[in-house]
Amino acid sequence: MQPLTNRSKIVVKKEMSLYERIYLPAIFSGMMITMSHFFKKKPTIQYPEQTRPFSAVYRGQHVLKRDDNGAERCTACGLCAVACPAEAITMVAAERKRGEEKLYREEKYAAVYEINMLRCIFCGDCEDACPKEAIFLTDRKVDSEVKRNLFTYGKDILVEGVEKDKRVDVSKRQTPEVLEFKKHKEFEHNR
Amino acid sequence: MTLGYVIYKLILAVIVFTVTLLIAMYSTYAERKVAGFLQDRLGPNRAGWFGILQPVADAVKLFMKEEMIPSVSNKTLFIIAPGLSLLTACMTGVVIPWGTSLTIFGTSYSLQVTDLNIGILYLFGVVSIGVYGIMIGGWASNNKYSLLGAMRASSQMISYEVAMGISIIALIMTTGTLSVGQIAAQQHGWHWNILVQPLGCLIFIICAFAETNRAPFDLPECEQELVGGYHTEYSSMKMGFYLFAEYINMFVSSAVISTFYFGGYNMPFIGRFVHDGNLLAILGVVFLFAKIFFGIFFFMWVRWTIPRFRYDQLMNLGWKTLIPLSILNLVLTGAWMMRHEIISVFIK
Repeated sequence: MQPLTNRSKIVVKKEMSLYERIYLPAIFSGMMITMSHFFKKKPTIQYPEQTRPFSAVYRGQHVLKRDDNGAERCTACGLCAVACPAEAITMVAAERKRGEEKLYREEKYAAVYEINMLRCIFCGDCEDACPKEAIFLTDRKVDSEVKRNLFTYGKDILVEGVEKDKRVDVSKRQTPEVLEFKKHKEFEHNR
Repeated sequence: MTLGYVIYKLILAVIVFTVTLLIAMYSTYAERKVAGFLQDRLGPNRAGWFGILQPVADAVKLFMKEEMIPSVSNKTLFIIAPGLSLLTACMTGVVIPWGTSLTIFGTSYSLQVTDLNIGILYLFGVVSIGVYGIMIGGWASNNKYSLLGAMRASSQMISYEVAMGISIIALIMTTGTLSVGQIAAQQHGWHWNILVQPLGCLIFIICAFAETNRAPFDLPECEQELVGGYHTEYSSMKMGFYLFAEYINMFVSSAVISTFYFGGYNMPFIGRFVHDGNLLAILGVVFLFAKIFFGIFFFMWVRWTIPRFRYDQLMNLGWKTLIPLSILNLVLTGAWMMRHEIISVFIK
């Protein structure tokens, strides 16, 4: 039969020599190998204190951005929910009332905006789909919880704070190239 | 027998008991730490400084676990078995000479709880009862895995006790005594028994591994085949007792190996530097414990290096290799001891 690869080996089951049958030399060499590992540097990362270096464009927990005046950018258009391959995003839209101009940038806003973090696959498609630069993935990690329903993050967790120090920096993911790319309406994903 | 003598023996027994339990407790921690380091991990390091409180946390966890007694089990035996296992494990420490003797206010206090003149026989007797804990536990559980584990344990222990016994007979022939205290005392300086009985020492160590059910001979509890072996049905602190007994056995085995073959509390050349008797006795205890700790480390080192034997390989090794070897060792030792008589027969 023609061999598919040249990696096949002919197995020989030969009698063991006396030296091999004593086992003790083999045991000794094995124990030396484990002992050499005893003194090796451990690759363990002590997680809560130490963290792995993250990529600048790491896709972690989402943030809903505000504009410079502190108004929510999201208009509840639902493009992110449509783009989401895991169907993790749900929202309820509402109309902006008079006097709420400071809170919401445009006439329509998301009264409820929920992302199920257990369903989310952190692909970043919601961010690509968003025409209002409202949702971004950040380099924050989703915390562990003890109950499944606690993983459904609402606006209380997702929307960033109004104050300067509570804003979430997404400049790494919102580079000029990305902004330029999003302007081209001829691409499928920008329509 | 004065009251002071009784109090001194009681204190010594309590100290030995406490130290045994303490070392067994920290052996569980050391095992995980050694396993971690041998596998390029760090082992437990969260509970306390370097994870030093881990055994306490484990004990608390075991106490908090639900106590389960299977309805089909033999309840009395089911409860007795782990206690028996632990009791026999603790009993062996009595005849080990932990050091020479301390002289306080002109009275000499031996650091051995009791120097039985049949110490070795006592040791073997107690160790043999140890298998009952496993057998009764496995049988009383009324579970096929437990029973299989118990059967394996008993057949393994019986097989390896033969080779162990014969290798010890050779040692008794050269030392001429059954008292553990005297065997330790004879090995002062460089007269360690491993130099007299290297083959016997090797056989004894291998059999000690089998007797303590440690890897590579941990067939009675091999998880991949028998779920948990004889302690499949056990939970909570009864389970803890079995695990604890294993670690105590490991400590006692290390102590016995150190005492029989590696000089016990003796250290070569120490007599040249230290002349004070009490200091020498205390140093002897330190040396013995250093040897024991190395022995325990060796047990763990082997466990995390060598894969488990198959059951037929285990029996082959026991009956076809170790027993003939130990008999050969016995014959050679006898021939060496009687060499003058043998030579004189041929010369005449």
